Amino acid sequence: MSWPAMREAFVQALTELAARDDQIMIVNGDLGFGVLNDFIERFPSQYVNAGVAEQNMTAVACGMALTGARAYTYSIGNFPTLRCLEQLRNDVCCHAANVTVVAIGGGFSYGQLGMSHFATEDLAFMRTLPGMTVVAPSDPWQAYELTMQLYARGGPAYLRIDKGSAGLAAGPVEFGKVRRVREGEHAVIFATGAILSEALAAADLLAGQGIGVRVVDVHTIKPLDVEGIRAAVEGRAHVFTLEEHVVTGGLGSAVAEVCAEAAMSLKTFRRFGLEDMFPDVVGDQRFLRARYGLDAASIANVIRQILVN
Amino acid sequence: MSSTEELALRLRRHVVRMCSRGGSAHVGSGLSIADIVAVLYGAVLRIDAAKPQWPERDRFILSKGHAGACVYAALAERGFLDVSALDDHYRNGSRLSGHVSHKGVPGVELSTGSLGHGLGVGAGMAFNLRRLGGKQRVFVLLSDGECDEGSTWEAILFAGHHGLGNLRAVIDYNKLQSLGRVSETINLEPLSAKLRAFGWHTIRVDGHDHNALRAALADAADDRPLCIVADTVKGRGVSFMENEVLWHYRSPQGAEYAAAMLELGVDVVASHA
Repeated sequence: MSWPAMREAFVQALTELAARDDQIMIVNGDLGFGVLNDFIERFPSQYVNAGVAEQNMTAVACGMALTGARAYTYSIGNFPTLRCLEQLRNDVCCHAANVTVVAIGGGFSYGQLGMSHFATEDLAFMRTLPGMTVVAPSDPWQAYELTMQLYARGGPAYLRIDKGSAGLAAGPVEFGKVRRVREGEHAVIFATGAILSEALAAADLLAGQGIGVRVVDVHTIKPLDVEGIRAAVEGRAHVFTLEEHVVTGGLGSAVAEVCAEAAMSLKTFRRFGLEDMFPDVVGDQRFLRARYGLDAASIANVIRQILVN
Repeated sequence: MSSTEELALRLRRHVVRMCSRGGSAHVGSGLSIADIVAVLYGAVLRIDAAKPQWPERDRFILSKGHAGACVYAALAERGFLDVSALDDHYRNGSRLSGHVSHKGVPGVELSTGSLGHGLGVGAGMAFNLRRLGGKQRVFVLLSDGECDEGSTWEAILFAGHHGLGNLRAVIDYNKLQSLGRVSETINLEPLSAKLRAFGWHTIRVDGHDHNALRAALADAADDRPLCIVADTVKGRGVSFMENEVLWHYRSPQGAEYAAAMLELGVDVVASHA
């Protein structure tokens, strides 16, 4: 089955889950015009719009979970994460509550809307919360599969939904395990979310120039597949990471921690992501990736220069 | 003295003793809520120490987590903990943290300590329990200073909108917050009128009058959440602690401890002689 975007795939998965589990609850932050209509119509008692009040949305979801519900908070970008970070820490995570935080619009998905809607630090914040699972699918089919697998796992979780898509055909995906999506012998790029497409395109460009790049999809940021990452680096001295996110605390940091703790002897470790700044212009996802050096051509250029020298 | 008044006196002794032994702050806060907590644990809450996770139990959340000593004491008096465990409060390696914690402490529903969390979680519990057709009630005890938090008012809006008749909040309105008088910090008045405007049923009581508290807490449920605005005295029961911000911070030691306990009917000097 295919969906126009990750958001629809998530809603489809949750609708199927709600049909067999009446403890599924959506606690919405007053967003998602039209997207949830079918769910609401079919399961009116399993949906509540908490209004524009993310702290309460999160606390209510936690209270529901502590009385048996499987609660899903739903909002855009930073609202269900940063705005209510302490509710996530103290209420949801400390109590190991069955609350999944669903953020629509990872990275530059809402690139024209401005700074408030750039979700570019979320992975770092969510990753540091004790007990929080962090997942960033790369394609709609993956969002569907991982929603199902997160449900089976239970506990606090963060699901980062991207507007874009890596464009890969559906295949097996296992929560907590990295996927190798392109082989190459000289270097390895780890990417998370839909921006995986830029890593793949960069690998294509480099392949034409005789540089083989292995591309690894890290859809599960936490718990991190430490063994899978070590194995993917094996025999390669040049390691790159790519994320639509600041370079501090997200995927790049997580992979660096694995490499450092394994005392790997690398020639290159380079994180592609946003530096310590706020973007000064707006634009669509592709435009902003290019502006900040996160598009395939920019990545390929950097990798080529490093490997040729 | 009624049974809950006797329980309240024991809670006050525990609170003063725990705050003295542990060297901990917030003795005034614990004394402020002792009567409310005694009526809840002694006469209102449907809970069972033999089955702390009994699904049909009422839920109680201490949203003003800094008064945790009083709730630990009530749980000990109700048999959820050994009374001797209270000696460990605030000590290295203890589970009985200064702010109330659920980890390894049977009977505590929610760890709190950062203000403004409890009412939202309680509202979520009440919403889901009602949805499932349960008869459980959810009680949340808040401080007055906590009513400065926007998240508290988010929860008040939510509960009012959804008519959560199984949700009962108690505001421990002792008129003192961290650095001074509530009226001079962020005035809450007219507090009951604000709550009514948000769709709540309100009852204002003397928060140290057990009959009034019991009647208010047992008020027949309707389709509105209930808030009991309880006028209290911070430090109640120990004359030199009453209405003094200092006892939000100071731990009673030595002669102060002995004097406080004597006012609560225990001569610690004689008992150690």
